[in-house]
Amino acid sequence: MELSVNHQALAYLAAAVLFILGLKGLTHPATARRGNLYAMLGMVIAIAATLLGAQVQSYGFIIAGIAIGAVIGAVVAVRIQMTAMPQLVAALHSFVGMAAVLVGIGTFLERSASGGLDALLMSEISAGVVIGAITFTGSVIAFGKLQGLIGGAPVRFAGQHLLNALIVLATVALAVHFALTGSLLSLLLMTLLALLLGFTLIIPIGGADMPVIISMLNSYSGWAAAATGFTLHNNLLIIVGALVGCSGAILSFIMCRAMNRSILNVVFGGFGSSGGGGGESAGAQAAERGVKSAAVEDAVYWMEDAARVIVVPGYGMAVAQAQHALKELMQQLEGRGVEVRFAIHPVAGRMPGHMNVLLAEADIPYENVQEMDEINPDFPGTDVVLVVGANDVVNPAAREDASSPIYGMPILEAGRARQVYFLKRSMRPGYSGVDNLLFYQDNTSLIFGDAKDTIEAINAALKGGGH
Amino acid sequence: MPELLDPTIIALYVFILACFIGYWVVWGVTPSLHTPLVALTNAISGIVLIGALLVAGDPEAGLLTQLLGFLAVLLASINVFGGFLVTHRMLSMFKKKR
Repeated sequence: MELSVNHQALAYLAAAVLFILGLKGLTHPATARRGNLYAMLGMVIAIAATLLGAQVQSYGFIIAGIAIGAVIGAVVAVRIQMTAMPQLVAALHSFVGMAAVLVGIGTFLERSASGGLDALLMSEISAGVVIGAITFTGSVIAFGKLQGLIGGAPVRFAGQHLLNALIVLATVALAVHFALTGSLLSLLLMTLLALLLGFTLIIPIGGADMPVIISMLNSYSGWAAAATGFTLHNNLLIIVGALVGCSGAILSFIMCRAMNRSILNVVFGGFGSSGGGGGESAGAQAAERGVKSAAVEDAVYWMEDAARVIVVPGYGMAVAQAQHALKELMQQLEGRGVEVRFAIHPVAGRMPGHMNVLLAEADIPYENVQEMDEINPDFPGTDVVLVVGANDVVNPAAREDASSPIYGMPILEAGRARQVYFLKRSMRPGYSGVDNLLFYQDNTSLIFGDAKDTIEAINAALKGGGH
Repeated sequence: MPELLDPTIIALYVFILACFIGYWVVWGVTPSLHTPLVALTNAISGIVLIGALLVAGDPEAGLLTQLLGFLAVLLASINVFGGFLVTHRMLSMFKKKR
């Protein structure tokens, strides 16, 4: 059986509709799994329709490629730790980018053998290859930073923007030359420059801006697919590329808004932590600066008689793997009639929605997990707020101190609760490098130590009957 | 004989309209599912697999081209399988209160 071009196009249309319904399913957790199944079905239809088309004539390489890819993909997907999700996503983005590069170059070689190259097609190939290459190296750098292979601190040097501008100019010049002459050398040089550009664009960006970077690279991978669609005159690739490109762009926008920064500010400069915190013990530093430190027992005392407790998780929760201990804490407190909720800031963690997935992993029902705008009005009526590995997202400086670099950033109003406990390793400021004004409030105390150990100690005390 | 529309113009129509659909659909996604959204869009951007199949499946293109195609098929397949499976795994964890 061989599908005609028209039948193939109809199958692609069905696949496109299924992809749209798939994304639509993510409107609510209850419909999300069905959405994912729709999208899978769309992919099966798309692949089958392509294989049955007249253009695919030999299957050896295809079967081998899909088989190896499927095994690698499945093994990684099953084994990956939820805390490592940002790394996995970065790695997968890089594969899309590289695949787009290979398809672009491959299509050029194929067409130059069979004839049928023109300037328009070669411009489209250039677009796909350049966006794909930037996505590839950019994602590799993002992966390296997330995995800790490269330092997370921003890398800056003089003339950085000038260098990027020069690379962009040279890439465009090569693209024009390639489109006009069909020179393979220009295509390859252009690819190399685009790879370099991905590197120089992402390396200066600090680890804590990762939610924006992940979203941006997500977007790029979509545009790369769309450009490939233009090259191949394939509407399905164009549609999917546009959907993904938009999705990533919207996420980037949401992340930037949650930091009150513009995308240009994130990409081309801004701030990043330079470490900080000396050799003194955390407790001594804290006392010197008029910050109260508390013992686990104090927190237990306040929490067991509370009516409402809100937990504010941050990246530190992921690092300490404290989500399971938090689930136990939630159960202990609920058993005593305390209402426990989790408050999520949009940029908490290293990728959009990172905290939600970790809490879901620990079996915390999604009804107990609320977004910033939803939960902010409830802080004044809350007895205890437990801040677990978050910092900047609860810093009142964002509201009160016009000179602060984070001024204007929307925050979780944790400081309005009756009592605030910070679980912290040290007095080091958050990634913005800004001191947290909340530390000095009368109703705030810091409990120093590993977040997971501290929460387990709280759980043990609650189990023992408290006080 | 009327002048024929350039296929690239039609592609541009499709692209722009799809951007609008993407814009409206994605704004509806609940923030708590933003990580699965990234994973799912990642999986479906593995659709470049289709382009890879066309390159790898053309025996007349020469061995080098087919090898490039093979590599692209492999990478895109990791995306498709890895992306959908990990999305499924994540979404299975989002539970209602019992």
